[in-house]
Formats: sequence, structure tokens, C-alpha cells
Amino acid sequence: MIADLSLANDFGQILDAFWRGSLGTSSALFSGTLVRAIPLTIVGVGVSLAFRAGVFNIGGEGQLLLGAVAATVVGLLLPNKVGAAGIILTLSAGALAGAAWAGIAAVLRNRFGVLEVISTIMLNFVAANLVSYLVRGPLQEPTHTYPQTDLISAAARLPRLWSETRLHAGILIAICLSIASWWFLTRTAAGFRVRAVGASPSAAGISGLVDASSVTARALLVSGALAGLAGSIEVTGVTYALYENLSPGYGFSAIAVAVLARLHPLAVLGTALLIATLETGALGMQRDAGVPSVVASVLEAMAILVVIGIGGRTGASWRWRKRRAHAGAEA
Amino acid sequence: MSDIGPFLEAAVRTATPLLIASVGETVSERAGIINIGLEGCIIAGAYAAFAAGTSTPSAGYVAATLAGAAVGVLLAAFSVFLRRDQIIVGTALTMLALGATGALFRARGEDASLVVVTEPAAVIPLLSSIPIVGRAFFAQPAIAYLALALAIAVWWWLQRTHAGLSLRAVGDSPSAARAAGIRVGLVQTGAVLFGSGLGGLAGGALVLAQAGSFAEGMSAGRGFLAIAIVALGRWRPAGVMAASVVFGAAMALQFVVQALGWNLRYELVLMIPYVLTLVALGALGRGAAPAMLGRAPVYD
Amino acid sequence: MSTEKPERASPTLELRGVVKRFGAVTALDAVDLTVERGSVHALLGENGAGKSTLMRVAYGLTAPDSGSIRLFGQDRTGGGRPFSVRDAVRAGVGMVHQHMSLVPSLSVVENLVLGGTGLFRPGDAEALLDRVSGESGLSIRRRVLARDLSIVEQQRLEILKALARQARLLILDEPTAVLAPSEVDELLRWIRAFAAGGGSVVLVTHKLREALAVADDVTVLRRGRVVFVGRATASSEQSLAHAIFPEGTRESSSFPVPSVGDVVLQADALDVIDARGVRRIRSASFQLRRREIVGVAAVEGSGHRDLLLALAGRQPVGGGTLRLPQRVGLIPADRERDGLIPEFTLTENLALHALGARRGLMPWRGLAQRMTELLKQFNVVAPSASVRARSLSGGNQQRIVVGRELEQEVDLVVADNPTRGLDLQATEFVHARLRDAAARGAAVVVHSSDLDEVLALASRILVVFDGQVKEVAVDPHLVGRAMLGAA
Repeated sequence: MIADLSLANDFGQILDAFWRGSLGTSSALFSGTLVRAIPLTIVGVGVSLAFRAGVFNIGGEGQLLLGAVAATVVGLLLPNKVGAAGIILTLSAGALAGAAWAGIAAVLRNRFGVLEVISTIMLNFVAANLVSYLVRGPLQEPTHTYPQTDLISAAARLPRLWSETRLHAGILIAICLSIASWWFLTRTAAGFRVRAVGASPSAAGISGLVDASSVTARALLVSGALAGLAGSIEVTGVTYALYENLSPGYGFSAIAVAVLARLHPLAVLGTALLIATLETGALGMQRDAGVPSVVASVLEAMAILVVIGIGGRTGASWRWRKRRAHAGAEA
Repeated sequence: MSDIGPFLEAAVRTATPLLIASVGETVSERAGIINIGLEGCIIAGAYAAFAAGTSTPSAGYVAATLAGAAVGVLLAAFSVFLRRDQIIVGTALTMLALGATGALFRARGEDASLVVVTEPAAVIPLLSSIPIVGRAFFAQPAIAYLALALAIAVWWWLQRTHAGLSLRAVGDSPSAARAAGIRVGLVQTGAVLFGSGLGGLAGGALVLAQAGSFAEGMSAGRGFLAIAIVALGRWRPAGVMAASVVFGAAMALQFVVQALGWNLRYELVLMIPYVLTLVALGALGRGAAPAMLGRAPVYD
Repeated sequence: MSTEKPERASPTLELRGVVKRFGAVTALDAVDLTVERGSVHALLGENGAGKSTLMRVAYGLTAPDSGSIRLFGQDRTGGGRPFSVRDAVRAGVGMVHQHMSLVPSLSVVENLVLGGTGLFRPGDAEALLDRVSGESGLSIRRRVLARDLSIVEQQRLEILKALARQARLLILDEPTAVLAPSEVDELLRWIRAFAAGGGSVVLVTHKLREALAVADDVTVLRRGRVVFVGRATASSEQSLAHAIFPEGTRESSSFPVPSVGDVVLQADALDVIDARGVRRIRSASFQLRRREIVGVAAVEGSGHRDLLLALAGRQPVGGGTLRLPQRVGLIPADRERDGLIPEFTLTENLALHALGARRGLMPWRGLAQRMTELLKQFNVVAPSASVRARSLSGGNQQRIVVGRELEQEVDLVVADNPTRGLDLQATEFVHARLRDAAARGAAVVVHSSDLDEVLALASRILVVFDGQVKEVAVDPHLVGRAMLGAA
């Protein structure tokens, strides 16, 4: 009996820790969960776009880091009084860097037939090592004590919505991007081309005269740009500097965000909030109840499997591409 | 240069887990299934070897293989049985295994031992005394020789048995295989379990014959390197062996960079295997992949 | 004194009461079939009648919902396990499939022994190939991969595979569909020789003439039921045609040859390269004019597929010139893969046409209206324009594709096997639409693996052989020979 009670106590303690870490207090909600949902939304939107086009962009993590690097560099160089242009410049730099990083994978895919799953994951590792190198070398802060950069100039920082919380203007960007992608996919010809190529590149090519490889390349670039933008928003809105482990795996969580949303850009808003809650709650559990926070990624992975198992649209109508060097068997 | 010998020795040691994982993945891909969860198999095997390897290395290796195969059961269930997309399922499995091993490792607490007993080198007399290459090729832990034996055995099995022929048929044309009476689902499940079991074994080798301990995420992309190695080796064990050694050498650079006198920052050296993968895949292309690789077979 | 009646050997194959349903569709409705020893049995019926399904049951590829299978006098459907391919092979059944089942990347010898057990010894396998090849009189190149074999060689290999497993019952599923006329004659001769030697053959076909030329017995299937069984000698083409199509066919009578208009497509020394960069068509020169229907006759592998895609502007031109009109309609050979997106709605599939050139926003409302109109105009059986294309039958799907491509005025129509797998009604519909398009001023170029269909539709014939394009008079013998490269 006493053992039962203590078990129930433990369980209650864990739930309580989860609640307090994610949504239970206003600080957890506004400075934790919502802030975390921002990069998850933006990268999630990018991943959904790519998956819809049939491109498996697993490189969100690396593209995000490159965006963070670019934003940090610009942010460090900006003089202090430039106004809104400063932030726009910084964020654009991040998006461009992310797009360029994804562009490497796009070129490798279209010209050399390299699987984008492999190349984007390789680029993740390169990006992580690049960040380590930069913050211990060329970009390290002046005292050379810590593996991080100096703080970026005030002109490059995203304003907070309320000064008591960490919630910054990035959340508005995230919501706008989500709506814009939905509108793009459902209302525009370019968006329909993305959907068609993702569903059946051969039908899109033969019946629609769509250049499938340029559509997928562009989708990959946009996906990278969004991840890079998310990285630059993290730097300009939250961290104000670059350091190792800046991203606690946003690039991978975003895959769960996208798959759970069944690749629907508006639903991404909801699933990003869900995953953010899960992750901040897990951190709370670790802090107050000793449960390792990494169980969150276990739950995310299981959620992906469940959604996949149920079936339906998960980017699963992807077919193996016949690449340039592929000696395929079909006549 | 007196450092070539130790470098080669490190290269072969580092190449061993890559070779084991790649051989397994070759079998899986020749049957038409690409295992993006191979990274998960490796880390699962690494953790299992770590958790069980306090007794003898053999127990550790068995545990590692079983752990890898357990991940493979999920891949078989979702991608062979339910015919869901292999790439996403594999990605989820990698995330699952990385998270689960991380959680289990952290939950062990501060006082748990971090170090396991590693396999000693099984030194072959006479041959190991050959200058430069002697220790590299003939003074490795037994698992290295096992890796080589596996590669040769798989080559022979693919070319000289009907089971191997059937597997090759399944990866190229499942409908033709089925018309010949071959049980496609069974073959693919077996291939997946074999490949992921070897992936787990590779993780075991990583812990028991290389690192000597466990760290979260220690697989460091080896699963994806193995997939690249299979493509670069043109899905043949001989090519896979050659590619594994090259990548093993690239990974071993981090251990000998100072001894080699290079003035290259450590983090940049760590990048080399991944950049090498991109360059090599770009230069050598995909070649003749099994026609049905990655596709869920459609039966008429 | 009792006289012993001579034992009559039991039939090779007896199917009784076979039923097979796929969801709501009954593909086979209590079908009986008896194949006697040493005989050739023709299984006739139009597309979709159930012929292939019945044979897949006999070969163990498909398990029937009910019914019995007796092979060489023994019941195979008892005993717990369903009848499998291995059981069929062990019982002496061999099947040559409609869509070849050879593994492209494996060699001839490896394909021959595929499905065995134990060790694989190439030497033994080659010896087996030699023996079976000699016994049957079918020769084949040996040191090549299956994908490098010609169509005839592939078919021979399939037969040799069956014979290597000591098949005494051969099931041939539409074997002549992809052969040139003289190759057909050769095959039919071989079939008669095989039967004369004591083997049995089931010939699944929709070609009445061939069936009557070679068969001893005939069974006609219609919509999953047996509508006629009898001796071939007692039947005529007319009586069989009547059994297959009781409502009678619309005469493929001579349609009035319209006055041909000006040139819409001009090819001069045209080279066409395929996706792998191989040159499939060499130096082709011809013209297509308004209001004419030009047929393309070719065997598999001659490059006609790439030629048609090039005429529709979907394939790169390697050399020479090709002058194309603006508005081209394309009915691709593979409907499910190239013509439609099965998981998209019908309206979305309509929007596929010329999608590459669209700019700005998608006019969904207008598209939905046009689709609803099209459904009515083309008699498509579908609840609305917002259902998914995969929920429609093959015939209705093809109506969608044809409707989409011909809905608006076009200058050129390119059709590749537009009636494959369609029943009679849908086939006639497609033919009518093609003639209609020509009458309205378009040039129509159409290819079919069925030479009779090409001859019935076309006023001019282009034969493609090994990358060469040549115009040939509309005469079945001349065309047939040209398809094989004979002068």
C-alpha cells in the first residue's frame, strides 16, 4: 500500500513537473514553450514544403545552423543605429545561408544523382563542426575564454512583444509564413506544381510538361531558406550570439512537426505547439523529477511511426527517382 | 614516415564497424530495402554492448546484434509488411534509437561505470611483424577478422546460392521473383533483419573494439556513411570493402592529425569523412542500384 | 468375356466452380475449365473478361474464393495450405506471363533456374539450358542479361524456364500481343508441336484467328462467366465473335477518308534520345497533316515509345529538326503513372494539362465547372468532380485522360496504346474520339501493340524498326514484315 502510494506520488510528481515546465506557469508558456514553437514552426513549414515536393530534406538542422552563423556574422558587423533595416538584413542573410546550404544538396541531387537524404545529413555534421570551429576560432569572443561569439549589436535584435517575457517578434513571422505557405500550396500554380511533382513526377512531367527537377530543386532551396531563417531568428531573438548546441535538435523535431501535421502548413502551427510543449515539459521533468529530457525525442519518433502506420499523406507517395546515372530496368 | 604504421592500424580499426554495417546494408539494399535507420541500429548496438559488455566481449557482441535486429523488426513491420515509405520510417527509427539510448544512458546515474573491457588485439604471429602493414592487418581485435570473413561470406552467398539469387531477384523485380515462387516478403524481412543485426554488431564493435565506452550520439553518422559506402562500392562486397577502408582512414585522421604534423584545426579534420562522402558520391554517382531500391513492391 | 475399356488419361487441368472476387467486383463467377492431355485449349474473351485471373488461379498466383483445381487427375485444393506457385510448378505447370517476368539484371542462365534451392552452380545451369533448348528446338543467346534480350528471346526464355521444370502444361497469357506476324506463326507452330509431343497448352488470347488456327478446344469467358465451350473445328470466327460480343460490334467499316489538310508536324533527319542518353530514333523524316490518322506499327524495343513522346514535345531531340504545332494532346501509354495522378481529384487532374506553363493563381472554380461538364460530355461514371481519380475504373480513367487532352482544340493528337486494358465500350469510345479529333482538324498519330487496331484506324502507316522510321502501305503483310525489318 505504501509502495503504491509512493508510485502514484512519483507519477504525480512527474506530471506536475511536466505541466510546470511547459504550460503551467506564464513564464513557462511565454518564455519557454511559445518561444520554442517559433523555430519548430518555421523549419516545420519548410520540411512540409520539401516533403510535399517529394524531396526528403533531413538537413534542417544544418541549414538552421548556417543561418545562425550568417546572422551572427552580420549582427556582429552591424553598427548600432540602423533601425529596422538592420534586422531585415540580418534575417535575409540567414535565409540566404540556409538556402545555399540546401543548394549544395540540390546540385548534388540534380546533377549527380546523389540521394538528398544522405547529402543533407552529411551537411548536418559538417555544419555542426563548422560552428564548433568558428566559435573556438575566428568568431570567438575577445577574451578567448568561452566557445561562443560576442553578443550581436542591438540593431540586429528582434524586439520582444512584452519586456517581461522572452517572446519575440519572430512568432509573428512564424504565423505569417505558415499562412503564406498554405496559400501558396493551395492557390497558386507554382504550389500546385510542387504538389503534382511530389505526388507523381512522371505524370507531372508527361501530362503537365512540368520540369520536375527544377521544381524539386526550388522546393529544397526554399526549405533551406526557411530553416536558415529560423536559425537567424533564434540568434536575433533569443540567444544574441552563436555557440555550440545552439539548436537542441530543432531540425529533427521539425520532421515530427511536419509529419504529424500531415504536411499541411496551417496544421504545422498546431503540431509545433504540441511538440514544443512536449519538449519544454520534458525539460521540466528532467529538472524537477529526474526523468531524462531526451525521452521527448523518443515520443516524437514514436508519434511519427504511428502517423506513418495509419497511412495517408506523409510524403509517402514518393517514388524512386530515375537519376542521370541510374541504369534502370524499365524499357 | 614512421607514423604510417600506426595510422594504418587506426584506419583498419576504425574501418571495421563501417565494413560490418556496410556489408549488412548491402544485403538489405540488394533486396530492395534502404535502411535509413541503420544509424539507429548502430547506436542501439553500441549501447547494448556497453550495457552487457561488462562480462565478456562475446556477450556484448550478441547483445549488440540483437539490439540492432530489434530496430530492424520495426523497419520490417513498417516498410515490408505495411509497405510504408522507407525513408521516413528509417528516419524515425534513427531518432527513436538515438533518443532511447540517450535516455537509458542518462538514467543509469552518476555512479555507473563508464568503461567496458575492450577486446584485445588478436595478434597473428610472424605476419604481424611485417613492417608498416604487419600490425595494421594482422594485429587487430578478432572482430576485424570476423568483418572480413562476413564480407567474403556474403559475396559467396549472393553469387553461389539460390537464396542469394532469389534475394537479388527480389531487389530487381519482385513481380518476377514472385512468379518464380519466391516469397518476396519473407526474403525482404530476412534481409532487413540481417542488415540491421549487422548494424547493431557494428555498434558493438565501435564500443568493444574501438572506443571502450559509450557516449550519446557516438555513432556520429556512421550509419549514413555506410549507406554511402554501399553505393560507392556498387552494391558488391568487394567494392564495399575498399570503400570502407578509405572511409575508415578518413575517420582515423582525427586521431593522428597531430602526429602527422598537419596544421589543421581539429574540428575541420572531423569534417573530412562527411565532406569526402559528398565529393565521392558526386564524383562516382549512383551507378546501377537495385531497380526496386526504396520502392514498395506492387504485386499485380 | 469382358473387354477392357482403354484407360483414358485424366485431363491435364480441371477447374470447377472457381469464384474470385476483388472487393465488389466478381472477376470469376463459378467458372469451369477442362484441358485434355496433348491438346491446345484456347481461352477467349475480351479485356476484363477474367481470362488472366483464371490462369493465375491455375498457377497458384491468386487464391480463389472457392472452387477446385485438379491437375493430372489429382485434387490440389485440399489440405489446408492454399495452392501456391511452388505447388503448381511441382505439379508440372508452367506459365508465360503477359507482362514478362524475367529479372532484368540477372543473366539468361540465372533467370532460367530462378526459384530453386541450395547451391547455385552456373555450370550445371548452363548444361540444363543446353538440354532443354535442344529438346524443345528453342535457341537463345546465353551470355547476356535478360534486359538485353529481344522480345522474342524473352518469351523463349520464359518457355524454357517452364520446360526446365518439366512443365507438361503450359499456360501462355496473350503471348502474341507483342509479336510481329511471322513471329506469331512461328510460335503457333511450336505450340502445335509441343501438343503433338504430349504436352498441353492453354492459350489465353483475344485474337480469334490465332485461336482457331492452333486450338483443339475453345472456352469463351464473358464478364467472369463461361458462355461457350466447344471444339475449335466446330466453331467459326463469327460464332466465337458472337459469343464474345453478343450485342454485336460496330463494324470497323471503312470510314470516309477525309480530305487531308496542311502539314502540322514536320520531321527532318530527326534523332531522338531517351532518358539515358541513348539514341533511339535515327534520322527519321516524315510529315503529319491535318485530318489524317497515322498509325505507328512497331514491336517492343524499336524506339517507337520515344518517337511518340518526341512528337508530343516530351522528349529531347538529339539531331535533325522537328517542327511541332502549338497545341498538342498526349494520351500516354501508362495511364496510372504518366496520365493521371491517382490520389488527386478529377478537377486537379484536369488542371494537370499544360501545368508547366501556368502562371499566377489556379482558377479552381472554373476548372471544377469544366470538369463537371466533361464528365457529362464524355459519359464518365463518377459521383462528382471532387472524387479521387483512383476510385474510377480503368475505362473511366481513360475517358478522363482522353477528355482532358481533347477538350479544347488541338492541332496534334499523340496516342500510345490508348485502349490497353479497356473493355469494348471504352475502346470504341476512344476510337470515336480520335476520329472526331481528326474530323475537327487535328492530325492524329496513334500506336497500338495490336496491329489490327492500328490497321483499322489509320489511313497511313509508319513502321518503326530498330530506330528507323519508314512509311509502309496499309497492308497487314507488308506492315508485319516491315516491323521485323524485312524489306
